[in-house]
Amino acid sequence: MSAESNVRTLTIDGEEISARADQTILEAAREHKLAIPTLCHLDGLSEVGACRMCLVEVKGARRLLPACVTRVEEGMEVTTHNPKIDRYRTMILELFFAERNHICSICVANGNCELQSLALTLGMTHVEIPYQYPQLPVDASHPRFTVDHNRCVLCTRCVRVCSEIEGANTWGVMGRGAQSLVITDLKEPWGESETCTSCGKCVQVCPTGALFEKDRAGSKVRKQPDFLPYLRIMREGEQ
Amino acid sequence: MNVEELQQIAAQAQEERDKFDYEVNVCMGTSCLSQHSDRIRDAIAKEAESCGKKCHVRRTGCMGPCAAGPMVLVEPAGTQYGHVREGDAKDIVSALGGDPVARLDPRLGSYFEGQHFVVLENVGHIDPEKVDEYVARGGYEALLKVLTEMTPAQVIEQISKSGLRGRGGGGYPTGLKWDTVAKVKGAQKYVICNGDEGDPGAFMDRSVLESDPQRVIEGMAIAAYAIGATKGYVYVRAEYPLAVQRLTVALREARRRGFLGNAICETTFSFDIDIRLGAGAFVCGEETALIASIEGKRGTPRPRPPYPAVSGLWGDPTLINNVETFANVPPIIRHGGEWFSSMGTARSKGTKVFALTGKIQRTGLVEVPMGMTLRQIIFGIGGGVPDGRKFKAVQTGGPSGGCLPEEHLDLSISYDALISAGSMMGSGGMIVMDDTSCMVSVARFFMEFCMTESCGKCVPCRAGTVQMYNLLTKICKGEATRRDLDQLTELCEVVGATSLCGLGQTAPNPVLSTLRYFRHEYLAHIDEKRCPAGVCECSPAVEVHA
Repeated sequence: MSAESNVRTLTIDGEEISARADQTILEAAREHKLAIPTLCHLDGLSEVGACRMCLVEVKGARRLLPACVTRVEEGMEVTTHNPKIDRYRTMILELFFAERNHICSICVANGNCELQSLALTLGMTHVEIPYQYPQLPVDASHPRFTVDHNRCVLCTRCVRVCSEIEGANTWGVMGRGAQSLVITDLKEPWGESETCTSCGKCVQVCPTGALFEKDRAGSKVRKQPDFLPYLRIMREGEQ
Repeated sequence: MNVEELQQIAAQAQEERDKFDYEVNVCMGTSCLSQHSDRIRDAIAKEAESCGKKCHVRRTGCMGPCAAGPMVLVEPAGTQYGHVREGDAKDIVSALGGDPVARLDPRLGSYFEGQHFVVLENVGHIDPEKVDEYVARGGYEALLKVLTEMTPAQVIEQISKSGLRGRGGGGYPTGLKWDTVAKVKGAQKYVICNGDEGDPGAFMDRSVLESDPQRVIEGMAIAAYAIGATKGYVYVRAEYPLAVQRLTVALREARRRGFLGNAICETTFSFDIDIRLGAGAFVCGEETALIASIEGKRGTPRPRPPYPAVSGLWGDPTLINNVETFANVPPIIRHGGEWFSSMGTARSKGTKVFALTGKIQRTGLVEVPMGMTLRQIIFGIGGGVPDGRKFKAVQTGGPSGGCLPEEHLDLSISYDALISAGSMMGSGGMIVMDDTSCMVSVARFFMEFCMTESCGKCVPCRAGTVQMYNLLTKICKGEATRRDLDQLTELCEVVGATSLCGLGQTAPNPVLSTLRYFRHEYLAHIDEKRCPAGVCECSPAVEVHA
């Protein structure tokens, strides 16, 4: 394939940019420092398109499209921010906050939480939707890590990193709808999991305070998922 | 198998029939069977034997008028009996050849007036577990014709010409879908039949699978030939044990006769079908979730594109159609696409099977040409609302559809007309409500359904349905304010616009359509703390004055 046919020209928020044909709108936008909010997306993991934060308007499309899985096309006209999209995103964010017990002031990840950052970036000043206050368990059976379901946003990053990078497949999802929970093995306590390698990758990729290391709180909780793209590239190089 | 052999099977089956003077067909669909129609059949058979009349007693699938069940159809007179009990066997047999038993008249009135059977053409006339009886009524003629006389492209052309659209609810043109999958290159392709019928009040697919499973198998085989597939799956809910059992027998019978398997009908075409059981998740009716479920994964949808036509089951090109869509294929091939497109409206061709339920005189399964009005179906065929009550609304399209009020009764049924009225065709459930139904409660019921059936993958559907359900509950209890109504409307917009799959995208429809046509009921709950239908227990919060 010639180099030319591999390039797509599109506009994002009026700015004309070029992208490779195999890139998504999100990748193309980020390469050009154009911000699209995301939560379930993480560089180095597969896409699930579940958090709906990256929905953008594409001219001619009947619906809003998730930028993380939509491939660029020649002549595409993408709008990443307008009053309607911003309103939708804020409301989705409110749904996230109200769904479980996201109370920043008493959270280990306070100050290092992607959900919190999103709220700040999108200017969410308060949550109008009623909090559900579900009673959810905390599993601290693992010697080093804890899972607090009250702060889980079900982004499934832990599930994906465990399967795609570590290859342990310890994490999974059980239940459906609002009753969904991330679980270790067949809902055994994390500390008793026979498949868990205690690698801690899930903790590093978790966007909130749902997964954390036991001896850390506050500023020490800063998570470092940057190893993922590096690991991916190294592994692909080996093949 | 060639044409002569097929005719021979048909002739043999006919010969068997000619040995008898009478045929007594006993409905053994789920509804009649639940009233022990199997015992009725045995009683009639025993009675016929003892009195020496040459009478063939046959089990058949659902005959339609379920409310009058258990049903019995006597041929060649064409007499129908309803509400038959075991004790009636003697009278039925002695009435053969004479006057029908008056007290067993099902009193169906105009039930069959205006109905037109394409999908249900064999219903009441064949034993669903006997392939030869299907062949005797023209079965597998279409498959043989396709394999020996037509190219795949010609098959797709006929389907396109027929104007058949997906009967699962979406209404995507079937010919276009087949054409897309046919054009995708791939060594392995799959055909999937979606029998995960989960809408409350819908039983069309179940009835088709129970009463004429061979028709679905033939439709799938024709589709497989057209797109170049060698393997098929029928995904059917495990809650339909009878359908699963009949389908299992049907597949075995079809293989025995050589309509499935290797080198079908002495051609190079090979195709076989397996059954996969759904484990009770509504979302698995969504095609990508269904594929995930067949692959053994969690049944959750994924973003499209890529569409299953390009990357479906195990990443291979896959054709997914609904049970009723496949059931329409053999008659289209037999009579030609033009015949099919002569029925129906400009953009919705053919007939549609509906399951009439709710507050209606004659509950049952009906098949009508597209373009018939809701009034004709509900009041003509269904006999209207019983007990002298007043009609209030009809709900179509299941949890994705909406409630249409009286002023829309003269709407001609088509995909587009229903959508513009704020509902949708859906798979064909039609729930009639009278003035004892509270529309806010109805909306709440469907929202509860969506909430519990949400897979939990994307947040607008997972959390949004919970919030909407809570707001609707608040309204029902008479505790809501106008502010809550605004929030409900806004949530409807956001959940509809941002959810990942059809379940979430259409979950607000029952609320939106009731808000559109029955806003006054919502306002009565909110402003006057009163339920106009007297269903909800509105208990206004007691104001405490300090």
